[in-house]
Amino acid sequence: MKVAVLSGKGGTGKTFVSVNLAVTAKNAVYIDCDVEEPNGRLFLKPELKKETPVYTRIPEFDAEKCTGCRKCVEFCRYNALVFVRGKPMVFPEVCHSCGGCALLCPEKAVTESRRQVGVVEEGDAGGVRVITGVMNTGEVSAVPVIKAALRAGEAGDTLEVIDCPPGSGCPVLESVMGADCCILAAEPTAFGFHNFQMVHRLAALLHKPCGVVVNKADGAYAPLEEYCAAHGTPILLRIPYSARLAELGAAGKIAVEHDEETAKAFRELLAAIQKGAAK
Amino acid sequence: MIIAIPVDDSKKNVCVSFGRAPYFLIQNTESGKNDIVDNPAAEAAGGAGLKAAQFVVDSGAEALITVRCGQNAAEVFKAANVKIYKAFGTYADENLKALAENKLDELTSFHAGFHGRA
Repeated sequence: MKVAVLSGKGGTGKTFVSVNLAVTAKNAVYIDCDVEEPNGRLFLKPELKKETPVYTRIPEFDAEKCTGCRKCVEFCRYNALVFVRGKPMVFPEVCHSCGGCALLCPEKAVTESRRQVGVVEEGDAGGVRVITGVMNTGEVSAVPVIKAALRAGEAGDTLEVIDCPPGSGCPVLESVMGADCCILAAEPTAFGFHNFQMVHRLAALLHKPCGVVVNKADGAYAPLEEYCAAHGTPILLRIPYSARLAELGAAGKIAVEHDEETAKAFRELLAAIQKGAAK
Repeated sequence: MIIAIPVDDSKKNVCVSFGRAPYFLIQNTESGKNDIVDNPAAEAAGGAGLKAAQFVVDSGAEALITVRCGQNAAEVFKAANVKIYKAFGTYADENLKALAENKLDELTSFHAGFHGRA
């Protein structure tokens, strides 16, 4: 079972929920798809077993074979190719590695070379397999690293917890696409609620069953409660806004290993998810 | 010389965006011909700056007057020998006049692109 944890707004508690859920399940795979700043490993402290580079392909043009027909430039929907002084120019960060230009070139002047954009780390932390996508600093697209991390984390029937990046753009879409259900970490604030609605709409668009975990829940936040009720989206857990949890987090500790109340709450959350409580 | 300026919906005022300006004003100083043309990159999903740069290069322009320009587009203009000048004030025609009088500065700082973030 693949469970994606997402939130829209950053700092809402995606990693908190993901890490605690994976540790509660014991036999699970935790996949950090927040490849721009993966931090699940700071809590899980996995023993590193394997590091695999992630490459994307970029086109290279044989200047002697290229006749300057421009077909590749016209074809590139990402506008990664620009035709200047009779030849195509490549912008590697804009290229999506679709390979279309190489397929299309009538002169076979295009070959594809590879460029490293990140790594996938694989390690173990007790019973939890920890997969961490790490994007190289300065890269623009997180998607290739996310794809590689998800592939490395494939675990069949074993629970996969996918810690998604913040936002609701392409990297989130990529992380959520293959999930069986989505857990939306929500913060009871106007900002948190605004972004919560964005990811909820995204999940609905993809027909993913959703369940909500309200983090830092300092009493009920009416707009969030009403929205969830109106959409039939269940609130599966409310985590209190507590100094104890903040202290554990700041110390890099995993809450379910140190706080019995939280451990119980996550056992219930896991059981609910496995029973198909997300709607 | 052909000069390109991104202009907004008024078709007279310089547009603050280069890649996503709705129109370009293309001025041919020899023939005096002055065209307002649709920017094919205005609605591009991504790479708008590059697509707009391609359009300007294809128009035969040797100069671009703009408020700002991204690094990728600037690289295209450098390769194509198109000079980039910094626009001032509101009106495109005043900028053309200023360029004719050699009063415009070259644009030397290029932003890293917004890539859907702005």
